[in-house]
Amino acid sequence: MSSPPNEDLAPQPVGIVERLVRDDVDRKRFLKMAGSAGATSFGAFVLAACGSSKKSSATTATTSSTTSSSSSSGASGDIAILNYALTLEYLETEFYEKVVAAKLFSGKVGSLVKDFAGQEQTHVEAIEGTVTKLGGTPASKPEGKFPITSATQVAELAYTVENLGAAAYLGQAAKIQSADVLAAALAIHSVEARHAATLGTLVKKSLTPDGAFAKPADMATVLAAVKPFLA
Amino acid sequence: MSDMNQLHSNDPALAVPELASCEVQGMSRASFILRGALAVGAFYGLGSVSPFVGQALAQTGGGDVEVLNFALTLEYLESDFYNVKGKGIGLTGQAKAYAKLFGEQEADHVNALESVIKGMGSKPVAKPTFSFPATSQSSFLALASVLENTGVGAYNGAGPSLRSKEVLAAAGGIVQVEARHAAAIDLLIGKSPTPSGGFDVPLNKEQVLAKAGPLIKMS
Repeated sequence: MSSPPNEDLAPQPVGIVERLVRDDVDRKRFLKMAGSAGATSFGAFVLAACGSSKKSSATTATTSSTTSSSSSSGASGDIAILNYALTLEYLETEFYEKVVAAKLFSGKVGSLVKDFAGQEQTHVEAIEGTVTKLGGTPASKPEGKFPITSATQVAELAYTVENLGAAAYLGQAAKIQSADVLAAALAIHSVEARHAATLGTLVKKSLTPDGAFAKPADMATVLAAVKPFLA
Repeated sequence: MSDMNQLHSNDPALAVPELASCEVQGMSRASFILRGALAVGAFYGLGSVSPFVGQALAQTGGGDVEVLNFALTLEYLESDFYNVKGKGIGLTGQAKAYAKLFGEQEADHVNALESVIKGMGSKPVAKPTFSFPATSQSSFLALASVLENTGVGAYNGAGPSLRSKEVLAAAGGIVQVEARHAAAIDLLIGKSPTPSGGFDVPLNKEQVLAKAGPLIKMS
């Protein structure tokens, strides 16, 4: 992707989210996909992300020197990142809940799926708690929609979702200001990776799809990828 | 959280007078390396840690370089484990396939860390000699599980102490792969791929050395 040095095309994930909101057509589509019940929550999530956009781009430019002195902008940036992660964890949790309810898996795989469902739920709770502790408002739960047709299809979708989740955390790690928030994000990140690899063995796909170095995904990429799963 | 530069009050090294006197001999700067290594020495004998400590202390540079050199030592260990020990033990089937893939990836991690350290103007720590107690495919896989899970904890524990965002991003790209290895090995040997549930437990240097230190050969 050799984009020209155009300001609009600068690879700033938060900037893209901001543009989606500014652009009326995109904004309507964006909010519509969140559904009537989810509109407020997803809007709040977008606002949370936008609230930090100026400060986070300012900190990005000077990350190495301002890390310790930017605690206030760091907190709002961290809250936005956490609410973004929370939205993804809500979706993962809902997905696994539906998979468990569909009773597509039994035995060892069935119990792994239940474990993963429970772990995603603990991620939701931990992130909600952290956002509140930082003085923010946790994003509300979006309404998801997931195609659930067969065990194979679900396992492949889960593999995709977990790889995306791992890449999403990796994409935010270096943007997190608080050491405690980073520690929590890292603890979750490697569990998402464990889920992804487990599912990879199940669907006979690569355990390490990016090779020796996992690739990060930025917010815009991840949001585009989860769009189809928002009701 | 994981402040590796602080001595814990229950540090076993402090209970051993010979080691305490060793610590005064101008080695305080890299105390976090020394502290962990001495803790291992207290259990396994000082001879087992001296080459490692010597190499680690020879390094100069900021905290990130020290962390990177520690990570490099673990990657040397994992790389040798799969690429040398794995070949010697006569693995078969899925274990053989994993050892080949993971061995290549650990070697890639070694190369990447070496070039990051060089890029920061420092000298990568030399590769120690290792001794792995595995004698069969099952003991090899059991040790693989320990090493991979320890690697995940080590990176997760060190992450928040890194100053450079670039180094953190690189470490994140590596730890994710270590976690994938750990899950695959654990599944293969009938263990849970998520041994710590929803949150992997970060390890400090002392905890990592307690697992990995005994594999570093006495010279």
